[in-house]
Amino acid sequence: MPLPLLPPLTLLWVVPALPLAGSVVNGALALAAPRAKRAVSLVGVGVLVLAFAAAALAVVALAQLHPSAPLVVRYWEWLPVGDLQVAFALQLDQLSAVMILVVTGVGALIHVFSVGYMRGDPGYARYFAYLNLFVFFMLTLVLGASFPVMFVGWEGVGLCSYLLIGFWFTEKINADAGKKAFVVNRIGDFGFLVAMLLIFRHTGSLDFGAVFPKASAAFPAGGPVVTAITLFLFLGCTGKSAQIPLYTWLPDAMQGPTPVSALIHAATMVTAGVYLVARCGPLFALSPVGSATVAGVGALTALFAATIALKQWDIKRVLAYSTVSQLGYMFLGVGTGAYAAGIFHLTTHAFFKALLFLGSGSVIHAMHRAYHATHAHEDAQDMRNMGGLARYMPWTAALMWIATLAIAGIPPLAGFFSKDEILGAAFARGAVRPAWYVFWGMGLAAALLTAFYMTRLMLYTFHGPNRTGDREREQLHEAPPVMTGPLVALGVLTVLGGALNIPPLFGGGARLEHWLAPVTDVALTPAPDASPATAWALVASAVLVAALGMVGAFQLLRPEALVPARLAPPARGLGRLLWKKWYVDELYDAIVVRPVLWLSREVLWKIVDKRLVDGLLVNGTAAASRALGWVGSRLQTGEVGVYVVLFVVGVLAVVGAVVR
Amino acid sequence: MLLGPALAVSAALFALGVLGVLLRRNAIVIFMCVELMLNAANLAFVAFAQQLGVAGQIFVFFVMAVAAAEAAVGLAIILAVYRHRHTVDLQHINLLKG
Amino acid sequence: MDGTRILFGGFAVLAIASAGLCITRRNPVASALWLVATLFSLAALFVLLDAQFIAVLQVLVYAGAIMVLFLFVIMLLNLGRAGPTDLKGPLGLGVGVLLAGLLLVQLLVLRQAGPAAGGPARATTEQGMIPTVARPLFTAYLVPFEITSLLLLAAIVGAVVLAKRKL
Repeated sequence: MPLPLLPPLTLLWVVPALPLAGSVVNGALALAAPRAKRAVSLVGVGVLVLAFAAAALAVVALAQLHPSAPLVVRYWEWLPVGDLQVAFALQLDQLSAVMILVVTGVGALIHVFSVGYMRGDPGYARYFAYLNLFVFFMLTLVLGASFPVMFVGWEGVGLCSYLLIGFWFTEKINADAGKKAFVVNRIGDFGFLVAMLLIFRHTGSLDFGAVFPKASAAFPAGGPVVTAITLFLFLGCTGKSAQIPLYTWLPDAMQGPTPVSALIHAATMVTAGVYLVARCGPLFALSPVGSATVAGVGALTALFAATIALKQWDIKRVLAYSTVSQLGYMFLGVGTGAYAAGIFHLTTHAFFKALLFLGSGSVIHAMHRAYHATHAHEDAQDMRNMGGLARYMPWTAALMWIATLAIAGIPPLAGFFSKDEILGAAFARGAVRPAWYVFWGMGLAAALLTAFYMTRLMLYTFHGPNRTGDREREQLHEAPPVMTGPLVALGVLTVLGGALNIPPLFGGGARLEHWLAPVTDVALTPAPDASPATAWALVASAVLVAALGMVGAFQLLRPEALVPARLAPPARGLGRLLWKKWYVDELYDAIVVRPVLWLSREVLWKIVDKRLVDGLLVNGTAAASRALGWVGSRLQTGEVGVYVVLFVVGVLAVVGAVVR
Repeated sequence: MLLGPALAVSAALFALGVLGVLLRRNAIVIFMCVELMLNAANLAFVAFAQQLGVAGQIFVFFVMAVAAAEAAVGLAIILAVYRHRHTVDLQHINLLKG
Repeated sequence: MDGTRILFGGFAVLAIASAGLCITRRNPVASALWLVATLFSLAALFVLLDAQFIAVLQVLVYAGAIMVLFLFVIMLLNLGRAGPTDLKGPLGLGVGVLLAGLLLVQLLVLRQAGPAAGGPARATTEQGMIPTVARPLFTAYLVPFEITSLLLLAAIVGAVVLAKRKL
C-alpha cells in the first residue's frame, strides 16, 4: 500500500547522493587541483553536513508518520532477470533512520576533524574523495531496500576501507594491511552471497519487504535451511564486523589515518554486521541455532579481544581490540534478540569510540609533530613514548576520560545504559536457555577487562612522567580547534547519549526501544522480564565490575616504572602471549596462508601453470603448429611434377566420388 | 551409334594425356599433353552433340579459342622462363619451393 | 559392321597409337609431329561424328596454327634434341601408369552414366554443316562469342608482353 509520502521522504535519494557528489567533485579536484584544499574542505565537509540535515528532515517526516511498515521508494528497475526482479529501491524505517543519523552525524564530525588532522597531507583531496565515497556506500548499505542493494553498499564500504587503510600506500606495511582487510572480508562476503542465493532459492525474492513477511511461512522454525541462511549471513558479519574468526584484519587496519579508523573501523562500517543481523531479525528469530551462534561468538569475541587489548602498546591497537570487543557486545545483544539494546549500544559506541579514536588521533598528531620537529624516528603511537600528556593536552585528556568512563560502563554515561541493557537481556534469556548465563558471564568478564585496559591506556598516555624525550617535550601542544571541536561535540553526545534509551528501571521511557519497536517486534523472541530485584542486582554487578576494573588498574599499574619503547625489554610469559595476540595471526599464517602459498607455488605454479598450461597447452600448441608446418613445407617441394601427381590424385578422388 | 566407342576413345586419349603430363619433364611436351587432353574432351563433346544437339559443337568452338589463347600465353611464358634459366626442364624450375 | 564403324575403329586406333607415341618420344619434335597425327585422326573422327565444321577447324586451328606455334618455339629454343632427363625414372613411370590407369577406369565407368549408347539418332548430315553451327553461334551464343575476341586480344597482348625482351 503506497503511503502518501512527505517531500523529505520522496527525496530520500538526496541523502546518499550528496556524499557521492562530494566524492566525485573531490576526486576531480584530486586530479585537477590537488592544492585547492579550501575547496576540498568545503565540499567534503559541506556535503556531510547537508546529508545530515537531509537525513534529519527525513527522520522527522518519518517520525510524524511512524508507520509500522518501512517506507520504500523505488527508483528504477535494476536487475530484471527472469524471476529475479530487483529494483534500485531505498527504504526508510526506524532502524535505518537511526543508522543514517549516526552515519551522517558522526561522519560529519569526523570529516571536520579530518580537516585539521590531514591538513599537511599531499593526498588531501584524494582522502576526502574516499571518505565521501565511503559515506555514500554506507548510506546505500543502511538504506537499501533489498539484499542486492545492501550488498552494493556492503562491497562499496569494503572497497573504501581498503583504499583508506592503504591510504599511505607507499609503505608496504600499509598496503599489506589494506590487502589483508580486503581478502579477509572476501571470506565474509562469500557467506553473504551464499545466504542471499539461499534466500532467493526459497522465497523467490530478495526485497526485504517481500522476504521477511514470507519468512515464517517459507522456513520451518529451526529448520536446516533457515539455520544455514543465518549462519552464512553471520559469516558475512564476522568478516565485516571483525568477529571471531575473521577479526584479524581490524587491528591491522589501524595503519590508515586515524580519522578513518574512527569513522570506518569503529563507528560505522564495522557495525554493518550488527545492522545486518538486526535487519534480518525475522530470519534469526526462526533459527535458535543461528541466534545462539551470534550471541556466543559475540560474547567470546568480547572477552577474547579484551584480553589482547590488555597488553598492547600501540594506542590505536588497544582501541582496535576494544572495538572488536564492543562489537562482540553488540552481537551478544542482537543474538539474544535484544535488537534495540544492540542498536542502542551501536549508537552509543559510535559516539564514545569515535571520541576515543579522534582523541588518540589528536595525541598522535601532537606526538608526530613533536618528533617531526626534532627529526626523531620514534613510534608516535607507542604508549611507552607518551605519559603525562594531560599537562600538554588538557582538552583531549578530559574528553577521553569521559569516553573511557562511558566505555567502562560507569553511570550515567552512554555506555553504561547500553551495555547494561545487553547484559540484562542476556541474563534474562538465561532463564530460557542456560547457555546465555555463560554468555552473560563472559560479557561481565569482558566488562571488567574493558574497564582495566581503558584505564591502563589513559594512565600510560596522560599520566605519570613524560617519556617523549626532553627536546620533544617542548613541542607538545593541544590540537587546533578544528580538531578539538568535534571532540567536544562527541563528548557531549557521549554524556547525553544514554538519554536516548533510559530503561523504565531508572524511570526512563526507553524511547529508542519504542521507536524501534515496529522493526524489532516482528523479530523479538520473547524473553521473560526480570524482577526489579534481579534487575537492580544486575546493574549493581555491572557497575561494580567496571569500578573494580578501574580501581584495579589504578592499583596495579605504575606509569612511573615504564621506559620508552626502544629501551623496553620484551614481554615474557602470559604477557607475551597477550602482546602477541594469542598468536592467532601466526596460527592463521601456518594453517591457511602458508598451505595456500605452498599449494600455489608448488602445485598450481610449478605443475599446473608451468607444466600443464605453459608446457602442454601453450608450448604444445606451438610445437603442434610447427610440426604441421614442417609437414606442410615438406609437401611444398617446388617440384611441379609432384604437384601434378597430387593434382591428379585430387582429380581421381573427385571423379571417384562422382562414379562411386 | 558411335557414342559409346567415341567416349571410350576420348577416355583413352585423356588418360594418355595425363600419363604424358606425369611422365615428362619437358615443359613444352607437357604443354602438348595438355592439348591432347583438351582434344579428348572435344571428342566427348562432339560425340554427345551428335545426339543432344549442336550446342556441344559450339562448345568445342569455344574450347578451341581458349586453347589457342592458352597456347599463345603458355608458350610466351616458356620463352620467358627459358630466357632466365636456359632450360625448360621442370626439374630445374623449382622456384615455387617455399 | 558398316563402313563408318570400320573407319571409326581405324582412326580411333590411329589416334590412340599416335598419342601413345607422342608422349613417349624423347625428341620434342617427334612428339609434336605425333601429336599432329593424333589431331588429324581426331579430325577424321569428328567427321564421322557428323561435325564437319569442327573437323575443319581442328585441322586449321590445331594442326595448322597451334602446332606450328609449338614447333616454332621448340626450334626457337633449340630444343630439337632429346633431353637426358625428360622422361622420369621407373618410379615416376609406375606412379604415372597407376594414376592414369585409374583415371581411365574411372572414365570408362563414368561412360555408363551418360545417355544410353545407341539412343535415338537425331543426327542428320546437315548437323555439322556451317549454317547449322553458325546460326546459334551468332544468335544465342553471340555474347560469349564476342567475349572470346576479348580473350584472344588479352592473350595476344599477354604473349607479346611476356615474350618480348624489351618493351
